[in-house]
Amino acid sequence: MKQAQLNGSQHTLQGKSWLQKLGGQYQLWIMVLPAIIYIAIFCYGPMYGIQLAFRDFDFSKGLTGGDWVGFKYFEQYFNSPMFWPTLRNTFVIAFVSILFGFPMPILLALVVNSIRSNKRKRVLQTTVYMPYFISTVVLVALLQIMLSPTTGLIDGLLKTLHLLPADTNLIGDPGSFVPVYVISAIWQTCGWNSIIFIAALSSVDSQLYDAARIDGANRWQTVWHVEIPAILPTIIILLIMNMGNILSVGFEKTFLMQNSLNKSVSEVISTYVFNVGVKSNQFSFGSAVGLFNTVINFMFLILANSLAKKSSNISLM
Amino acid sequence: MADRLYTLIVVLVSIAAFLMVAYPLYFIIIASVSNSTMVSQGKVILWPKDINFYGYEQIFKDTRIWQGYFNTIVYTVLGTILNLLVTLPAAYALAHRKFKARRVIMPLFVFTMYFGGGMIPTYLLIRDLHLLNTPWVMIINGAISVFNLIITRTFFESSIPEELYEAATLDGCSHFRYFISVVIPLSKAVISVITLYYMVGHWNDFFNALLYINTDSLQPLQIILRNILLSNQAFAGGAGSGAGAGAGSYAQQFADQIKYAVIIVSTVPVLMIYPFIQKYFEKGVMIGAVKG
Repeated sequence: MKQAQLNGSQHTLQGKSWLQKLGGQYQLWIMVLPAIIYIAIFCYGPMYGIQLAFRDFDFSKGLTGGDWVGFKYFEQYFNSPMFWPTLRNTFVIAFVSILFGFPMPILLALVVNSIRSNKRKRVLQTTVYMPYFISTVVLVALLQIMLSPTTGLIDGLLKTLHLLPADTNLIGDPGSFVPVYVISAIWQTCGWNSIIFIAALSSVDSQLYDAARIDGANRWQTVWHVEIPAILPTIIILLIMNMGNILSVGFEKTFLMQNSLNKSVSEVISTYVFNVGVKSNQFSFGSAVGLFNTVINFMFLILANSLAKKSSNISLM
Repeated sequence: MADRLYTLIVVLVSIAAFLMVAYPLYFIIIASVSNSTMVSQGKVILWPKDINFYGYEQIFKDTRIWQGYFNTIVYTVLGTILNLLVTLPAAYALAHRKFKARRVIMPLFVFTMYFGGGMIPTYLLIRDLHLLNTPWVMIINGAISVFNLIITRTFFESSIPEELYEAATLDGCSHFRYFISVVIPLSKAVISVITLYYMVGHWNDFFNALLYINTDSLQPLQIILRNILLSNQAFAGGAGSGAGAGAGSYAQQFADQIKYAVIIVSTVPVLMIYPFIQKYFEKGVMIGAVKG
């Protein structure tokens, strides 16, 4: 009897706390629900729709209704004359972007961090962040105006200084597409991307600087032995994240910079998906090409992540 | 000696970086009010020459730009409000250590940053939802960015002490109430940062409109800009320039001036918000990205 009472009261106690918990949790669930619904529909929905890449698209049956055709559309892409050019262009743009674009914000952050005067520091930072807010359309328009072989300011300057052969057309020549793409990307995003390194540098313990100075380190050695190690984890994480996006070369900018003259080097996988998929309604083929892109991206991410984990114990996941 | 060299290089690099960014921006401004012939001859370098506002006059006459402006403002305002309504509560819930489900929800969200269905399945989904060619696609698509969610969640986790919540619950405060009257007022920094991110995203959004909007009257500013700036489409208003070729076109010699003016008119709104929020940047970005 006593036992039963005890059990009973315990039960109600537990029940109450469970109810209370649920009461609290249920509010949290309501708050997170819109995000869950959105992600489920707009992010996982298309993932579910990936099966389109293995089906024959049927207008009347929609995203997941056509007949299974296996790897037909992948084979069609691998055997198409556009396979190597699109793959090569995507890789070239992505690798050159990382190779030259990735170190620049780090260098800029080291420079900004070395400026003593707060006012000068702020002026420089405000200025170099600004291009980040310019839209891609406007950036590409600026490139076209400034690099125009007849009236362009930068084109004229480079030719006057003989840094550029007089017959170069920076917005037409296939050879200049990648440099223009990468340099303009650095111009636009270097400042913005440096924020995170500047923030990481600002949290370096000032005792470390003092210790380095006492040990007789000069400014270069301080950079090498104090500052770089301090921001190394941030560098590695961002490098992994960039590696994971290696093939998602910015659709917008490539698409906008593309013209009939440079198409041989500017047709990347994403613009190709747009051209064959959306524009010519080859939905299954386009999905297959897109999926190929995503899978390679994901493999790069995992590879970079595991390499980083092995070598430095830093990883994303 | 080595230190002096270091300082010298720092000074040179910062001056170079400053000039490389600032000068082109400054040049657009002076070129937009200068005689375009002199601009193309390279005579406009430090100060505007033969000042005129022809480019701006043409823009004011062009109805497409105003329609685009109007659409973009609508998409930006409604889109950003929706962004905040979805992101902030979700970030709050996911920041709660006692909310066990977050261990499942968060990875599922983060996964979408690295893996997605791709352009075609997304396009067909939007089509099946009957969102093609509606303003809704510009507002709803992208209602939450997982990156911004992480920034916000990390801010809530690290800057708002849990004891505060415990004290509030003792006073009988619900999650909703605590969120609205305690968390939101304490989070101005991170809210400003993600608001700016979202607003800039909507303002500069070109991709969604390119893919999902065909109707002229629904096109946002960026598409109109592409037509004017990159496709060299004529000004519909006819641009009574006198030197124009046929009706509906504008004189080539004024083309660049109009373009500079268009660039300024379309970019200034974004640049105007930026100084107000700038002081929060490093804090906000740092918090989110390091843990990202």
